[in-house]
Amino acid sequence: MKLAIIKYNAGNIQSVLYALERIGMEAVVTDDHAELLSADKVIFPGVGEASSAMNYLKERELDTLIKSLTQPVLGICLGMQLMCTHSEENDSECLGIFDTEVKKFTGQLKIPQIGWNLVQEGKEPLFTGIQQDPYCYFVHSYYAALCEETAAVTEYGVRFSSALQKGNFYGVQFHPEKSAIIGEQLLKNFIHL
Amino acid sequence: MGRFACRGAKAQSDFMLTKRIIPCLDIKDGRTVKGVNFENIRDAGDPVELGAFYAQQGADELVFLDITATVEKRKTLSELVNKISHHINIPFTVGGGISSVEDVSVLLQNGADKISVNTAAFKNPQLIANLSKEFGSQCVVLAIDTKQEADGNWYVYLNGGRVKTDTLCTDWARKAVDLGAGEILLTSMNHDGTKQGFALDITATLAGTLPVPVIASGGGGTMEHFVDVFTNGKADAALAASIFHFKEIGIPELKAYLKNKGIVVRI
Repeated sequence: MKLAIIKYNAGNIQSVLYALERIGMEAVVTDDHAELLSADKVIFPGVGEASSAMNYLKERELDTLIKSLTQPVLGICLGMQLMCTHSEENDSECLGIFDTEVKKFTGQLKIPQIGWNLVQEGKEPLFTGIQQDPYCYFVHSYYAALCEETAAVTEYGVRFSSALQKGNFYGVQFHPEKSAIIGEQLLKNFIHL
Repeated sequence: MGRFACRGAKAQSDFMLTKRIIPCLDIKDGRTVKGVNFENIRDAGDPVELGAFYAQQGADELVFLDITATVEKRKTLSELVNKISHHINIPFTVGGGISSVEDVSVLLQNGADKISVNTAAFKNPQLIANLSKEFGSQCVVLAIDTKQEADGNWYVYLNGGRVKTDTLCTDWARKAVDLGAGEILLTSMNHDGTKQGFALDITATLAGTLPVPVIASGGGGTMEHFVDVFTNGKADAALAASIFHFKEIGIPELKAYLKNKGIVVRI
């Protein structure tokens, strides 16, 4: 099993690598096209800002590469948001894999949402074997709107997509690498797809 | 009608995002200080092992506060942070003497989720702006040590509470949030170590007016104190050290108690 983590100008990549190690998996962190294409599973993590991340990906032609992947791909947090059509964060065109928009939280809310929130209506296979409505750890100011591809729902002032799935593409808004044993189970589920 | 609908939505969201319980570990030369005594872990002086124990007990986050004053500090701390991030599956914050973008970059690269700044940020507020621009406000926690003086006002103290300033806590917190601080870790020096309860008024003032989460610290001695700080104090999270280290309160029993009192916690 070859696991690859996409290397780009976003934070939190180490945390994902260490979380995989904790469940006994090794991964390579790379932006090499051939390595990514030949991986069995690809993880697209990220904490950062949408437009600078998209620019970085485009400069290295990783945008077209990610869209062309046929093996299971898991976007985490910003990674998932970049897989949507567009983000309100600096009006960024994104990869357009998931057919939904990324919007900023508004209203009388503390932003970013920081902490543990309920993940409801989680679908298989990502949520297989995970208790109903688990708590997962979120840190974000933008959210993916509900859509046909929503694979879990969380509420913070608004109901939004805390997971997305379309074919071989998966995404989670929360951080499985920081969500204790629930997150570890979700990563295992992805790896064993 | 519109107003009520809006309030309903807020209440609902508050209901789902849990209140956080955060044990704080003081670190010196790579070891936890304050003698702790747990029979179920081998080496309570090992921050990694103690942190993993708290994570397994249901702590929502951890704070590691480095009080090392030696020149090797940076290297020891970054190595420790790396070890912690390998072993602990919940978020953690690292603080203590952090004063530059470079310090923070090293800690984040080694796996810290957030860093906390205190005195250095007060002396150079631009540091907060630089950090939030470089790494995002979600990883910039501003720690404020504050004390209520005889005039009734809460003032900012620096250098671990040794140096008084003339700046009001509320003013500094507001300015720091405007500069990009993503969370406030508020320690009341009047309450710290007393076990008589958290500073509810200043916590509620900040938590009720700032658009970022407020972590209350100092004074937690009983489970009822945690109920108070989450209800009357409006805190988003509560931090404590010795009551957890000395097993005066266990995290599982505290969370069960809070849940029973209608406070939403992760169990």
